[in-house]
Amino acid sequence: MMKKELGLFLLLAVISAITGAINPAFLSFVNLLNMANLIGLFGVFALGEGLVIITGGIDLSLGSMFALLGVVFIDLLTTYQVPWPFALVLVLLGGLALGGIQGFLITRLKMQPFIVTLCGLLIYRGAARYYTSDSTRGFGYGDEASTLSNIASGNVAGIPNTFIFLIILAVILGVLLHRSVYGRWLYAVGKNEEAARYSGIRTNLVIATAYVISGGLAGVSTVMFVFYTNSVSPSSFGNFYELYAIAAAVLGGCSLRGGEGSILGIVLGTALLQVLQNLVNILGIPNSLNFAVMGTVILIGVLADQQLQARRRRKAALAGLARTAPRSKETTMLQSASPRGAAALPTSAGDQA
Amino acid sequence: MAETLLELSGISKTYPGVRALDDVNLRVCRGEVLGLIGENGAGKSTLMRVLAGVIAPSAGVIRIGGNDHARMTVNEATLAGIAFVHQELNLFENLDVAANVFIGREKLAGGPLKLVDNAQMHARVTPLLERLGADFAPNTLVDNLSIAERQMVEIAKALSIDARVIIMDEPTSSLTISETERLLEVIADLKAHGISVIYISHRLGEIMSCADRVVVLRDGRTVGELARNELSHAAMIRLMIGRDLKALYTPPARSPEPGGCDIAGVVTTAFPDRQIDLSVRRGEILGLAGLVGAGRTSLARAVFGVDPLLGGEIRIDNTPVGVASPRDAIRQGIYLVPEDRKKSGLVLELPIRENVTLASLLDHARMWLVNGGSERKIAKEQARRLSIKAPSIDIEAVTLSGGNQQKVVLGKWLSMQPRVMFFDEPTRGIDVGAKSEIYALMRSLADQGVAIVMISSDMEEVIGVSDRVAVMHEGSVSGVLERDQFSEYNVLRLAVGQALETLETAAP
Repeated sequence: MMKKELGLFLLLAVISAITGAINPAFLSFVNLLNMANLIGLFGVFALGEGLVIITGGIDLSLGSMFALLGVVFIDLLTTYQVPWPFALVLVLLGGLALGGIQGFLITRLKMQPFIVTLCGLLIYRGAARYYTSDSTRGFGYGDEASTLSNIASGNVAGIPNTFIFLIILAVILGVLLHRSVYGRWLYAVGKNEEAARYSGIRTNLVIATAYVISGGLAGVSTVMFVFYTNSVSPSSFGNFYELYAIAAAVLGGCSLRGGEGSILGIVLGTALLQVLQNLVNILGIPNSLNFAVMGTVILIGVLADQQLQARRRRKAALAGLARTAPRSKETTMLQSASPRGAAALPTSAGDQA
Repeated sequence: MAETLLELSGISKTYPGVRALDDVNLRVCRGEVLGLIGENGAGKSTLMRVLAGVIAPSAGVIRIGGNDHARMTVNEATLAGIAFVHQELNLFENLDVAANVFIGREKLAGGPLKLVDNAQMHARVTPLLERLGADFAPNTLVDNLSIAERQMVEIAKALSIDARVIIMDEPTSSLTISETERLLEVIADLKAHGISVIYISHRLGEIMSCADRVVVLRDGRTVGELARNELSHAAMIRLMIGRDLKALYTPPARSPEPGGCDIAGVVTTAFPDRQIDLSVRRGEILGLAGLVGAGRTSLARAVFGVDPLLGGEIRIDNTPVGVASPRDAIRQGIYLVPEDRKKSGLVLELPIRENVTLASLLDHARMWLVNGGSERKIAKEQARRLSIKAPSIDIEAVTLSGGNQQKVVLGKWLSMQPRVMFFDEPTRGIDVGAKSEIYALMRSLADQGVAIVMISSDMEEVIGVSDRVAVMHEGSVSGVLERDQFSEYNVLRLAVGQALETLETAAP
């Protein structure tokens, strides 16, 4: 498993090094901190998306959720003068509830995740625009939530709080996904829901929980983005952000077929996406090519990963054949001595041939 | 003798370690209905797949219309007029009847545009449907048709390619009595038009009423042929059985104890109009025999909570237990080793260790965090106990052989406390060595007081391993045999729905 993350990390390092060599401004402290902030902002909900993708599902509603929860959040603070801790809790609950509804529709009513969350995308966006009559909501001159604002957009020793929060969250979710019983169930359900059910796992609950977590993290992200932009324009706030999350997860090793991916991979995927965006600016590539660069890198990355996995499967199949013929016992032992040795790592591809 | 349409001579088919067909000879005459019978695994389906060009024989000659073929492709078989009405119907439910009949050979219009000419296809299919007496139109979606109607579509498809031989593999297994009669009429009509039918069925009554001649396969060999005037249930069953059964039986270490699992009046979704009553004692291996589709797997799925129970109740040690989900069943100590281990038994991409603990992970966790040491310990223990051949417990289950994969599934359940275990075809696709290990394991489980139900279509296994055998026929238990009544003949009689003869005359 770690090979994939290592490969991704090397790719990130190589791209950063090249960009830094061409334009040293890329590696300047200010630029690095700016990227760290963006990685923190985009990483939080990408992690939630990743969990959903590991179940074999998808969540397309995140960007619209930000808009809806965002306008509600600002309204609670400004119009209704709700103390910020309450507003924060309400927004988080709102995210959890929306995730819960989607999870319910997907598992209990057996609707397809793509459809449920696509409708979520449309409905939440529409609701946000209707609620605000399509007008931008922002903070007035008062300091309705200066404490929270300071937490959300502040820094510790220069390191943005968003980034610190992402690291803490990644550790927590890392333990949840890679060490806990729930994490194991999530992978099992993603890979083979039927076998998981035959093993007594409550597959519906496991899957629905992933959507609830994703919704909850969308609530957290909403608050972070609101204080990043200080205002919410309901028709554009968070547009396409779900696609950033999906891209980060896929780049980080999640398969849309489910059952694959890691927290570290998703964080690295988010970082790579932000680095790509940043290098477009830094290297003076026309900004309009931004999406095209991102798309190309994802396409090549996933293609390379798939080819390497296919190689690995072929090797496994060969090892299986060797097992049936007793004479080639040696080969079997060699093959299986490092069962993951042939895993996806671009650098090792050459000498494995 | 009528004109010979096709002739198979000396057909053999070997797979590694298995001889599926061994020097089979078969002749089909013009306009005859040839019944083809044999037990599960006798080689009927393999033979028909050779004929339809799906698989190539290892040896032998297929002679059609004076031409000899060492093997045939699907296209050659189609050109030679051989059509296959499959057991599992191969139709596209999202397309209409005419589109299905002409699938892959669509009538085209519009010249270079190559548009599909629906009007022409509908016009060509209408007379075929009329001839079969079907009361649906060519533009009906197949999705809206019953199983019997779908079969008519398959037959219409066969007629549309001017088939001279139509192979029907278990065509009536899902039909009602009146639908079956309708099909038999259609077969008589086909025959009158000079079309031959190879009719494969376990339902000897149907064979009796439609076949002109019956060929019996056993262990991949042709063991007999019966002319129309020689047909009788007894004659057919006698030819089907007679395998050399190895002595596999190990008697239980102690006599079965009271308690165990009672299945009382259970109704499954597969046969909503039948009730099943069955009891298995602690310490006993109950073989569950029957023909494919008799409802054995449906019963296991219902008891294990995969499918809803439509009626009746399940009692363990005389206490009713609710099994609304596999989770409930597992909590009650009811475990299922499923028929399709790759689909339902294992998560192939996970390592052996994680598969072994998949159902019991909470027992190896503290505050929901997996205790790696405890998990490894139990997985190693199971790997050793079951002698799973793998370099490590961390390799993915997908790389293991069938027998070792099955042992991983067993390890999952044996690491917990089974009270009742269902084994659904536990040794299918498993080599001989692993088979006997699995038999020994079932016996030792039984001796520890577990009640065991073994569903098996392998007669040798059913008779060789079980302490008692229950036989199912079309959704209900048609009889239970004690060891002194065990014989292939008795099992088969019950499996085809015949009453048991008196013991004295039974054993051949």
